[in-house]
This record gives sequence, structure tokens and C-alpha cells, in this order.
Amino acid sequence: MENQPKIDIRTSPFIRKAPSVAEIMRNVVYALLPIACYAVWQFGLSALVLMITTVLACIATEHMFCKLSNKKTTIGDASAIITGLLLAMTLPPGFPLWMGAVAGFTAIAMGKTLFGGIGFNVFNPALVGRAFVQAAFPVSITTWTPALATNRFVEFIPSTLALPFMKPAPTAEWTTQVTIDGFSGATPLALMKFQGVMTDTYDLFIGLSAGSTGETSSLLILICGAYLIFKNMLDWRIPAAVILGTVISAECFHLLDATKYPTSAFMVFSGGLMFAAVFMASDMVASPVTPMGILVFGLLVGFLTVIIRLFGGLTEAVMYAILFGNAATPIIESYTQPNIFGYKGKKKP
Amino acid sequence: MNLFNFFGKKTFSHGIHPEGFKEETHDHQTRRLPFAEQLTLPLSQSVGKPPIPIVHIGQQVQRGELIAKANGFMSVPLHASVSGTIKKIDLVPNAATGDKEKAIIINTALSSPQTSIQGTYQEFEQLSRDELIQSVQDIGLVGLGGAAFPAHVKMNTPKDHHVHTLIVNGCECEPFMTTDHRIMLEQIEYLFRGMGIIMKAVGAKKAIIGIEDNKLNVIEAIKPHLPKDGHITIEAVATKYPQGAGKMLVYSLMGIEIPSGHRSTSIGVIIYNVATLASLGELFPYRQGMIERVITITGDNLNKPGNYLVPIGTPLSHILKYAEFTGNEAELILGGPMMGIPAGFLNTPVKKSTGTVLVLDKRSSKDSDISPCIKCSMCLQACPINLNPSELGLLATKRKYDVMEDQYHLKDCFECGCCSYVCPSNIPLVQYFRIAKTLNRERYKQEET
Ligand code: SF4
Ligand code: SF4
Repeated sequence: MENQPKIDIRTSPFIRKAPSVAEIMRNVVYALLPIACYAVWQFGLSALVLMITTVLACIATEHMFCKLSNKKTTIGDASAIITGLLLAMTLPPGFPLWMGAVAGFTAIAMGKTLFGGIGFNVFNPALVGRAFVQAAFPVSITTWTPALATNRFVEFIPSTLALPFMKPAPTAEWTTQVTIDGFSGATPLALMKFQGVMTDTYDLFIGLSAGSTGETSSLLILICGAYLIFKNMLDWRIPAAVILGTVISAECFHLLDATKYPTSAFMVFSGGLMFAAVFMASDMVASPVTPMGILVFGLLVGFLTVIIRLFGGLTEAVMYAILFGNAATPIIESYTQPNIFGYKGKKKP
Repeated sequence: MNLFNFFGKKTFSHGIHPEGFKEETHDHQTRRLPFAEQLTLPLSQSVGKPPIPIVHIGQQVQRGELIAKANGFMSVPLHASVSGTIKKIDLVPNAATGDKEKAIIINTALSSPQTSIQGTYQEFEQLSRDELIQSVQDIGLVGLGGAAFPAHVKMNTPKDHHVHTLIVNGCECEPFMTTDHRIMLEQIEYLFRGMGIIMKAVGAKKAIIGIEDNKLNVIEAIKPHLPKDGHITIEAVATKYPQGAGKMLVYSLMGIEIPSGHRSTSIGVIIYNVATLASLGELFPYRQGMIERVITITGDNLNKPGNYLVPIGTPLSHILKYAEFTGNEAELILGGPMMGIPAGFLNTPVKKSTGTVLVLDKRSSKDSDISPCIKCSMCLQACPINLNPSELGLLATKRKYDVMEDQYHLKDCFECGCCSYVCPSNIPLVQYFRIAKTLNRERYKQEET
């Protein structure tokens, strides 16, 4: 038997047709780019350098950890770029760059590598990074600057270039210089919650309001999401379920007391809900795979978002709702295994 | 009720839409393949017991002569597919399992005729159920759709199963295959006789011919032959893989799920493939043995792809020569690209269950990098049985084969391969499942002894 040629035999199926993981991730990056460009147009240079910083931090961290554990580097699959972009989108545009780098590092280190890399992360890594800096730098992360500031393309928002561990320069004075009418430094959600002021839904839809870097134009987000759905690289059921969950919950409260609780349209188009629903909740790895589970997950995220927004102290509720949903994913999955063909009328064993 | 039928096309849920690749061969009239110099007939041509050889080395045999007799009811006899001399009875490697199996090897006589030995004429209408079953066993017929289940054993339905409908499976959902397509155009008369025999034997009053809607010309060709009283009907079903799987087709046509772990006869349905029925209809009247079948020879680097009438036992090398294979390296597959088995040797013979010989260019091994499951849920959306291949795959890598079976219904997986087909992480899911099933079976065997 020594001279037998070695025959490499595959077993069926011999044909496959699936985009590779890297291909999917690349397309998600493409879908995020228009949103990133829009953010730069809205918020100027600061937003641009912030995105570059977080993306580079994510890539560097992933590469470093792969090298440390003697594995082939996995930055080729572009998922670190996504994490970096997603992260930047959830931060205020004037977020100090060094803090952005810290956020990027934590996202990959604690959100991904700790669990064993892509495929094993329990949470959406970008949200882990975001949650970390929310706790570490509570002031900077709630310092909002207005969109369309007059000189946004020629100078940075003062806080952007803060030195590590130094208190960032205050932005209040800068804000009054660059805006025409009075800007209170509050996002539509904060306005609603703390001052009872409702921002026009149309403004929200187009994205002309203060907010995190990329989370403001619902319309653009929907278009980019549609591109991914069309390419079969995004599971439309997740965003749909999240939005549905939000609408149902918000509508219930609105019906209870219309003066106190905002309409469902406001809820859906404000505070990055759309962005989170389309790009964050749909993180494949950290969401359920079972059809029923996807629905439950989405409804849960939507419901929690509304509850935290209305009753919690945080306006960026959707992030926490998703993290919670991620944590609940294994439980949801174990209760929502699909019904197997051929068991109709039979008891599930 | 079947929701999909409500919206138009008859079909099942999930599944995949692979490219067909059928244009290469579906318009070619079936041609006869010349005899090879030597034919190798493995005794085991069905999933039943191998038959017992009744010839000795050096003996002259005639085409169609019985050379191995059935060993009990669960066994199909074997007939010489060529006239010639028995050269030896030897062990040859089995393409599917790699194990050695016994085979009768015949050297072809120069003057081997195309005709085969005939018995006395019989009419199926005059025979009883048991006589019919016996006749079918004598023919040596197996399921030609690929399952290789002895055709007569299937006819012997359990007494408490009242079979009312024969489903004729003309889906041919695997890419590249066109044998059934050609048979349904060229052998309509045989097909209907075959149906009659089965219906008489099992007592079915109705028959439905299910054909994928990429073969509308077949439907047009068959329609004029349908009996006026309407007890045989023909239905187009959606072109989708695995439409030709028995369970799926029954669901598409009738909206009933065959209960897990049960035979279709438990809901009064029996399923036969068109090639099996046509072969039956052809061989039955003169009690001839099954010695050849239509095979699609197709794939890359072939000058003469097409459908050929091939004697059982013809080696692949001979087939490649006649289909004018021009490449120098190829992957040979017996069956379709989704569920076929790879052939490791050029002298592997075709068997009764071989419907296709597929020649594929050596694919680059680059795309075989496996990455971790990203939980994209595409496999769940492809699995026609509604399993959770993602979870099953994770369990397989952890070697938790018992959990796969106890909690995730591994046994219900019929290895269609849809999950592997769609997985972006390139995880060989169905390949894992096959291994897991084999290991589980072995474990049970050990536990029993
Ligand atoms: S298709 Fe592959 S990567 Fe996607 S969930 Fe299934 S096993 Fe995981
Ligand atoms: S091979 Fe099994 S698990 Fe995979 S799709 Fe087919 S039936 Fe489902």
C-alpha cells in the first residue's frame, strides 16, 4: 500500500454558493461608508478623525492580539473595521480622540478577543467599547455639539484634541459661536426627557439634529440597510422586529398619556434607534439564529429601549437594550428551537 | 394546509436554488454506450443483502442471464449485462464506503449482442400481489433515484398501511442530472406500465406525477397519455432543491408531512422514481433482468456530454473515453453534486443506482478554509427539515454526538447538503453530520451487544 497515490476526496455537496465571511463584512463596510460621509458633512473634521482613530485602534488591537496568541491575523475579514466604524458612530462627534482610541481598544480586547475572536463574541464588540467609555468618561460622552456648525470643515471641535487624562476643553462657548440660534447642547431625546420639548420628526428623519456621529439620519440608514438586505447579507427580520417592538411599546405609553409620552414615530427616528436596529442589533454573532428567537430578540430590544428611555436616566437607551438582548440570546435560543418537519401533531420529544 | 400552495406554486419551505447546468444534456436523445472490454458487477447493488453467485470462473454467460441469485427477500438478484466469460469473482473497492466488496468480473465476448434473454410473456393485470412482488424481485430492480432500495421490498407495504396514492417522482432536483427528463420524454409507455404494476400491487387508486416546472415540455408530452377518468394526474412543482426528496414532494403535492421516523405508506402514500417505473415497465412483460440504465454523463471538459444507456458494471474510464474527456485531472462523482459520492478510482464500475457521472474540474483548495460560525442563520433558512445546523455544527466540533441526536434531531437530517451549500464560513456541516450519525450508529451497536 506504500505506493498508493494520495487521493484527496471531498464529500458532497461538491458545489457551494455562499458569500465568504470576509465578503459579507466588506459589504457591511460599504454600507456604512455613506453614513460615515454624511456624518462628516454634518459634523466636520472632528467626526472624520474620530472615525479614523477608532478604526485604527480596532485594527491594531485585533492584530496585536492575534500576534500575541500566535494566530494568523484576522484583520483581513474586515470585521474590526466594522467595529471601529460602528463605535465611532455611537460617540459624540467632539469626543476626545484619545478616549476614542481607548474605546476601540476595549471594544476588541474585551468585546471580542476575550471570547475567542469572531464567531464567539457574546456581545456586539462596538457596544462593549461604548459601554466602557460611557462609564469611564461620563462627561465627554454626553457633550453634544450641533450639526452643521459653520466652521466645521476648518477647525476641530475644541474637545477633540484633548490630551490624554486632561480635562477636555469646554465646548459650550464654541457652540454658541458656531450656531445661529440658541443651541442647548442637548439631543432630541434629552430635550424630550428633561425639558419636554419635541423635535420635529421630519428633522429627525433627515438627521439635522444634534446627536452621536452617525446616528442621526434615519433615511440614509434605511437606504444603506436596504442595500445589505438586497445583497442577502443582512437579516431584515432583526431590524424589523426591533422597530416593531419599539413602535408597539411606545404607542402603548403614548395612548396612556399623550402629554407625557412621545409618539412612536419620535421614538423610532430619534436617538440612534434606527442605526442600532439596522447595524447593531443585527450583529449576526450576538443575535439568535432561530426564526422565533429573532422575533423575540427584536421585540425585547425595542421594548427595553422604550422602557429605559422613558424611565431610566440614560437617553442612549438602545445600546443597553441591545447589550441586554445579546446577553439573553442563549436563553432565547434554547427556548425557540424551530419545529422540525414531520412532527406535526406529535409531541416534541 | 400548505401555505405555499395557497400563493401559487406547489412547493415546500426553505431549500435552495442552485444553478441547473442541465442545458448541456437535456436535449440529447439517449444514446447507447458500447460495451467495455471488461465489466465489473459488484454483488451488492442495493441496500439489501448481496445475492449469491451461481456461476464459476471460465463459464460462458449470455447477456441477461442470471449470475447471482437473491439471498432471501431483502436481496436483489444480479444478471449479466454482457455476453462473455466469467473472469473472476473478486474483491473490489466500494466507491461509497471504501471497503472491499465482492464482484463478478466478466470479459466481454466480441460478438456480444444488444438484445438480452427474455422469459415467457406475462400480463400484470392477471397477477396477484404476491406474484407481482416476486416478478419484480426476479427483475433485480432497485430504486434508481439513488437510494438503491430494493423495488420489490417497497411494494410489500405493511398490512395495516392502506396505500391510496402513488407519487411518481419526476422532479430531478439535483443540478446537472437529466436522466429522468429524457426518460419521461422517451419512455412514456414504459412509465405508465410501471405505474400500473405498482398501483395494482399496493392497491393504490390514484397516482400523481410530480415534475419540477423547469421541465414543462415533459408535462406537455405526458398530458395526452393521461387516462380520461382522471385517476392519474400530473402536477408542476416549484424548481427548488431538494424538491425530489420524498418527504418534500409529498408535502408539496399533498400538503401532508410524513411523520418523522415513519415510512410514507403510514399516511397512505408510496413514492417511486420515474426511472425505476420506466425500467419496471420495460422489463416486466418478458421477465428480463435489469442490466442497463440511462446515465447522465456531464460536467467539465467533456466533448460529448449527454444521456447514455450504460450496461451495469461499465468502468468510469470507459465512460470518460466515450464522452471524450479532454482534461487531465478531474473529480469524478457518482450522482449529483449535492448528494453524490466521489469515486476514487478510474475503474470504479457504475451500479444500478448510479444516475449520473459528473466530472468536475479540480476546484482550488483555497475556498476550503473553515472559519468559525458567525451565526448568520442562513443554514436554518435553508434546511428543509427546519433543523438548526448551526447548533448541530457547534456540537459536532465539540464531539457531543449524543446531544445532537437527543436534543437537536440529528436523525431527521436526510443529508441534503443545503446547509453546507449556503454557509459563508465554509463549515462542512452535512459532512460533520454524516460522521456523527455513523458514530452514533456504531455506539448503539456496541451498547446492544
Ligand atoms: S450558515 Fe454557517 S456561519 Fe451561518 S449560522 Fe449556519 S453554520 Fe453558522
Ligand atoms: S443536510 Fe441535514 S441539516 Fe443540512 S439542510 Fe439538509 S436536512 Fe438540514
